[in-house]
Amino acid sequence: MSEEFKVEIVNPEKSFLSKEDVTEVVIPAFEGEMGILKDHISIISFLKPGIIKIFSKNKEEKFYVEDGIVEFKDNSLSVLTSSIFSLDKIDKNYVNESIQNAEKELSDENIEDQRRFLISQKIDVLKSINSN
Amino acid sequence: MASLDDLKKRIVSVKSTQKITKAMKMVAAAKLKRAQENAEKGRPYSEKMNNIILNLADGISDKENAPKLLAGTGQDKIHLCVVLTSDRGLCGGFNSNIIKKAKNYFGKVLGEGKTLKIITVGSKGYDQLKRLYSDKIVEKISFKESKNANYFDAEKVGKIIIESFLKKEFDVCTIFYNKFKNVITQIPQEQQIIPLKSSESEGSTSEDNYEFEPEEDEILSNLLPKNISTQIFKAMLENSASEQGSRMSAMDNATRNAGEMVEKLTIQYNRSRQAAITKELIEIISGAESL
Repeated sequence: MSEEFKVEIVNPEKSFLSKEDVTEVVIPAFEGEMGILKDHISIISFLKPGIIKIFSKNKEEKFYVEDGIVEFKDNSLSVLTSSIFSLDKIDKNYVNESIQNAEKELSDENIEDQRRFLISQKIDVLKSINSN
Repeated sequence: MASLDDLKKRIVSVKSTQKITKAMKMVAAAKLKRAQENAEKGRPYSEKMNNIILNLADGISDKENAPKLLAGTGQDKIHLCVVLTSDRGLCGGFNSNIIKKAKNYFGKVLGEGKTLKIITVGSKGYDQLKRLYSDKIVEKISFKESKNANYFDAEKVGKIIIESFLKKEFDVCTIFYNKFKNVITQIPQEQQIIPLKSSESEGSTSEDNYEFEPEEDEILSNLLPKNISTQIFKAMLENSASEQGSRMSAMDNATRNAGEMVEKLTIQYNRSRQAAITKELIEIISGAESL
């Protein structure tokens, strides 16, 4: 029996990625990282800024996402996100710019705690990308 | 009968018009291809989004406390209509089809004694509606600067709608746009986005229970505003594909008509030229005979 399931990443403009032979996906869910294997229970969750890791037979792909929703149902995982970048192709300038913007926003004292949490998450992730 | 010179001038002018319509058709065809691709690529996102929300809405246990964006305000007094049209003309019945559909709806709403508010997106819609409904238009938005429909613009419209909803300025929100079917057919659509209509879910009633993280309510209240932007974005994509398709077929027709006209005028021109020559000949011959 195969242990593979389907994954589809779509953003508003197009279908970003679609794979049929995925064995495991790790997503940065709202309440912590979550690994999804075949026959996972149906779930809907939010994403926070982080790295999506997609494992297929002998390959591992990584993507940076800023926000989004995931739905897993009938062995098919859908990720809806408005901003996603493949880690191999991500632009360093963009990363640095995002860090700066995020830090600027963080310095505003009037933002909600939840937003603050998300932004600091984002900065951490972006910095870790940069250091690699 | 028009003189030879006049006819000649007319032929030249029709020909140059034909050149323009032909060029516009080519441009529209090229743009259409891209717009159509975009529209088709954008569909999965909005469909998935809608599905997730409908699944969530079905599963929500506490209907009373459901977010207002989903359940509505419980009233049905003020209708907000968002009419999405193009910024440019010369695209056949594209804009008037949307306007016609919208006007029908306006008539119904006003006939029932409810309050109507209109937001127009795209300048052509505003131009056509301002004569009859200028006092009802609360906002006009135009994205003339942006070349293609992009999500950023859609989000702006979405924000305006949500803000005014939170201020309780309307109860029901409907958007009007053209759905792209193929180059010749575009179907004007009305779609209610607030409160969300669940009747559109076609048999996809989910038996299985989802696990939610975080809680359903939180997901919903985060997702609903996003969904509105997404639906508007979808409408914008469909619209831009429809606009190009409609323009292409309109310009194709215009080119063909111009061709027919040139033909007709040319025949007329040749005939009158011949008539003039014959007349001159007769004059010469009868002149010679009388000598």
